[in-house]
Amino acid sequence: MHELSLSSAIVNTVVKHADGRRVTAVSLRVGALRQVVPDTLEFYFEFVARGTVCEGARLEHELLEARLRCNACDHEWSIEIPAFRCPTCGGGDVEVASGNEFEVESIEVEESECIARK
Amino acid sequence: MHRTKVKVVEEALDANNTIASANRSDFDRAGVKVVNFMSAPGAGKTTLLERVVADLPGVRVGVLEGDVQGSMDADRLASLHVPVTQLNTDPSFGGECHLDANMVRSAIPALPLDEIDLLIIENVGNLVCPAEFRVGEDTRVMVTSVTEGEDKPLKYPLMFRACELVVINKIDLLPHLDFDLDRLLYNIDQVHPDVERIVLSARTGDGLEAWREWLIGVAAHEEAIA
Repeated sequence: MHELSLSSAIVNTVVKHADGRRVTAVSLRVGALRQVVPDTLEFYFEFVARGTVCEGARLEHELLEARLRCNACDHEWSIEIPAFRCPTCGGGDVEVASGNEFEVESIEVEESECIARK
Repeated sequence: MHRTKVKVVEEALDANNTIASANRSDFDRAGVKVVNFMSAPGAGKTTLLERVVADLPGVRVGVLEGDVQGSMDADRLASLHVPVTQLNTDPSFGGECHLDANMVRSAIPALPLDEIDLLIIENVGNLVCPAEFRVGEDTRVMVTSVTEGEDKPLKYPLMFRACELVVINKIDLLPHLDFDLDRLLYNIDQVHPDVERIVLSARTGDGLEAWREWLIGVAAHEEAIA
């Protein structure tokens, strides 16, 4: 259900970087811990993008697995269920090495051939 | 016309986080500590505030009450003679299911920051979206209640990880439920190891003292917590 708010955040970020150019594709990096449902995100994105330079843009995403690192014993491992205690030493002081990302990685825009664009 | 790829690499919620930092600076300047208070609908947030906000020795409390619609919660708290500011997400923010930094920013001029030490922002009841949006708080608290099921930390890890304190409410109902409190505590520990927890009943008052002391501790804290 948070995909609606996340779609708005994506559109706002993209519009800022598009600088008025029409956007044809948006590439995201999404960490597994963000619990984003890709189909739902695409559905809302299409809706939220209407009337902006992102209208009709393709939404692509790279899903990054959740990897944790234990600060006590340096063990690093990946998780598929939300269990954040270190399986090696039982420590609770763990860092998320990857999996928290929700980034706009790049956008594809249409450039007119004329350089002297206002 | 040709197509070009433009590198962006920007956290999509950066815009929100920037506004949250501005809010935080305003609160810091006024010497006000801020708690972002979150839970599912009906977990008992407002009751938990009702039970303590008028009785925190040495701490002047204000409440920013976030709701999609209506001022029922704000009215309940205002009757305790603490300053309450209502923030509805419905008329001006499209009925959002959470507060974000910009909504809280819009409410700052209406907050009596000179007259309070601690601002509690009661977020919209929702276990998903509020976890994504910082609003300028020093610390975050979530409430879960024993009528919600032991598996909630596993289903909503974002929320259970996005807080510095988990309050477990409605323990007076335990004799009437097939609820395994140890299982819930174990699941919380799996998702957010060593997070602070307070087990209580807002209704009977059992455990409320720890909640009161925790809030007093936040208000007294010199440095930022989170």
